[in-house]
Amino acid sequence: MELGFGSAYDAFRQEVRDFIVAHWPPADGDVKSSAHERAFVIAAIERGYMHRSIPKAYGGSEQPSDIVKAEIIREELTKARAPAGRIPGNGLVVPTLLEWGTEDQKQKWIAPTLRGDIVWAQGFSEPNAGSDLASLRTRAELSPDGSKWIINGQKIWTSHAHKATHMFCLFRTEPDATKHAGISYILVDIRQPGITVRPLVQMTGQKEFSEVFFDNVEAPADMLVGERGKGWNVTRSTLKHERSGIATMTWSLSMFRDLVKLAKEVEIEGQPAIKHPRIREELAAIEGQLLSLTYSTYRATSHDVHDREIGSFQTMPKVYMTELAGRISKLARDIVENDFIDMGGERLKWIERFMISLSMSIAGGTSNIQRNIIAERSLGLPRDKTQEAAA
Amino acid sequence: MNFLLTEDQLALVDSVSNLLRDKCDPLQVHKVFNAQGDAQFDRDLWQALCELGVPAIMVPEAYGGLGLGMVDLAIVAEALGKAVAPVPLLGHALAALAITLGGSEDQKARWLPLLASGEVLATVALCEGKGGWLPEAWTLAGPSMTGVKTLVPNAAEADLIVVGTADGLALVEKGAAYTCARIGSADRTRPIDTVTFDGAAAEPLADGAAATTRLIDAAAVLIAADSFGGADHCVAMSVEYAKMREQYGQPIAGFQGLRYQLVAMALATEPSRGLYWYAAHAWDAMPDKASHAASQAKAHLADTYLQVTRDTVEAHGGIGFTWEHDTHLYMKRAMLNWAWLGSPSRHRLRAADLAGW
Repeated sequence: MELGFGSAYDAFRQEVRDFIVAHWPPADGDVKSSAHERAFVIAAIERGYMHRSIPKAYGGSEQPSDIVKAEIIREELTKARAPAGRIPGNGLVVPTLLEWGTEDQKQKWIAPTLRGDIVWAQGFSEPNAGSDLASLRTRAELSPDGSKWIINGQKIWTSHAHKATHMFCLFRTEPDATKHAGISYILVDIRQPGITVRPLVQMTGQKEFSEVFFDNVEAPADMLVGERGKGWNVTRSTLKHERSGIATMTWSLSMFRDLVKLAKEVEIEGQPAIKHPRIREELAAIEGQLLSLTYSTYRATSHDVHDREIGSFQTMPKVYMTELAGRISKLARDIVENDFIDMGGERLKWIERFMISLSMSIAGGTSNIQRNIIAERSLGLPRDKTQEAAA
Repeated sequence: MNFLLTEDQLALVDSVSNLLRDKCDPLQVHKVFNAQGDAQFDRDLWQALCELGVPAIMVPEAYGGLGLGMVDLAIVAEALGKAVAPVPLLGHALAALAITLGGSEDQKARWLPLLASGEVLATVALCEGKGGWLPEAWTLAGPSMTGVKTLVPNAAEADLIVVGTADGLALVEKGAAYTCARIGSADRTRPIDTVTFDGAAAEPLADGAAATTRLIDAAAVLIAADSFGGADHCVAMSVEYAKMREQYGQPIAGFQGLRYQLVAMALATEPSRGLYWYAAHAWDAMPDKASHAASQAKAHLADTYLQVTRDTVEAHGGIGFTWEHDTHLYMKRAMLNWAWLGSPSRHRLRAADLAGW
């Protein structure tokens, strides 16, 4: 067993650091400038540090697959607060285009997406199609001359729609076909009349999601990805690219470090909360879960690198982290006590986390859907009867 | 990064698991568990494990051992936990480790080859009173030792006891002035005695004081590994039962309420595999992190194992509450793992101290 990365990788890490220092933060210190961000991303692609799995022909850096290098790059970019070249929607659409797109579609869309010139939002969920996504009803009809799609309906929970230039969507194109067989995957330029983006205000007060209304919106016929009526298969590749175990673990670690800091800062009965036996013990119990997640993730990553089966842990990180985040935010609540209700106070961050930890149980497949996946794929239980009937 | 078992380690677990499949099926465990009178261990199985080299795993090669590490021993402990194997490995392996870590050249040369082969059976006597598991709580002292040690595994059968003392560790041989009283321990797969020393001749381990913390940490890792093995088996057993048992005209595995219970058990168990691996690896390779990792692993896994065994009974319904089913073997083993070496709460507070909180 070896938990370090080894000396060859240490040298690689140093190269990455040197690159980042030379390019970020930008000379004028303006880290918010999108031009600077674009320049950084392009330089990083040239060096082979970003979009490593994507062919050069489509604007990627086409590097041999190496999970450890990818992780080192990710760690160093995060540490330096440098642009990660990762726009959530873009990361979802590119693998789909690579797998299902025509040569023309790949040429046209992938390179500008990697550079950040096109920003994608996902248009899957609808008010009546949440976990049961395949029941979606927004219609796309081919115009009589076959040149374009005419789209009517509504999408919801669209992240960062106000920043997006395009959406990749699932629409119902074959209303007479069975549920899953009537769906197509279509790209839409949302800078056109007929699109209305209405932000949804979350319980935290933030506006991260929107509703998007389609009123006779048009998309050229060649914006269809994959075959007509086969959108459900096309989208499976998108969903499977959504999760990375190591990112999950790193996020939890940083939240826990904040929690320990909080427990040292806040006093209970004249001494730091961390000295209080109940707080201390719960903190250690949370750390036990966190260490479990951390080292099982190392184990899973090592198995992946060496082409061994990961086993049943594979389906578990998301819901495990969701539960952990809930437990962390509840202990923070116990530590801050009265400050827990003051959204204008100094503990706002923890109040927000108390709520945001709930969004984790919903976004990207609810915890109950995750449990269904664990039941079927990891425990080998028979497929849920109700889902079968619907499919 | 290479956090995975080597081919040799996988082969080691395979050979132990194969042996257990042959000689330690549930029927056999029930037979040992249900023996009349005081709890016993399975001497044939122990003999077979000795022949396979299990007690020799961490004994240095110079003394007839295999010279392997804690990861190797822990993955074997997982396999024994999975099978609720009624063998005295816990006390025996720890005694051998104590002598390896703290013994003089003479002490090692005299005892280790005999312990590695299993010719001599040994154990460790650590706890004083209700929860005095850690060296700070130890008061017994030699050379003429008087006092009581509690929850000593297999003391009555042991030829040699490594005793935790006020200034380290000491060896007490069979025949010295002590008596063993077997308690009615719930876990009849690993018999437990209260040992009363009454002026027993005790020989200090030369470097015993330096070995005590390493010994406690090793014990914590082994309990964690045994717990993982047991919990993992309970999840598998419950899943299999749910697929087979039919009610309302279908396997109960189809009912979402039960499915989510099974998922909760798996979610509590599977990710903790990495935790016990890490604790074992830290013991071998990262001494500054070993105590913290060991206490975290013991606390988390002992808690998890006990809860999973409760869930297992629920998942089985009435049959799971009977003496004839395997469920209670696991729950009772989990009860000992919970209490032995100190409760999860004590280990979490130890981990908090070690983290500098």
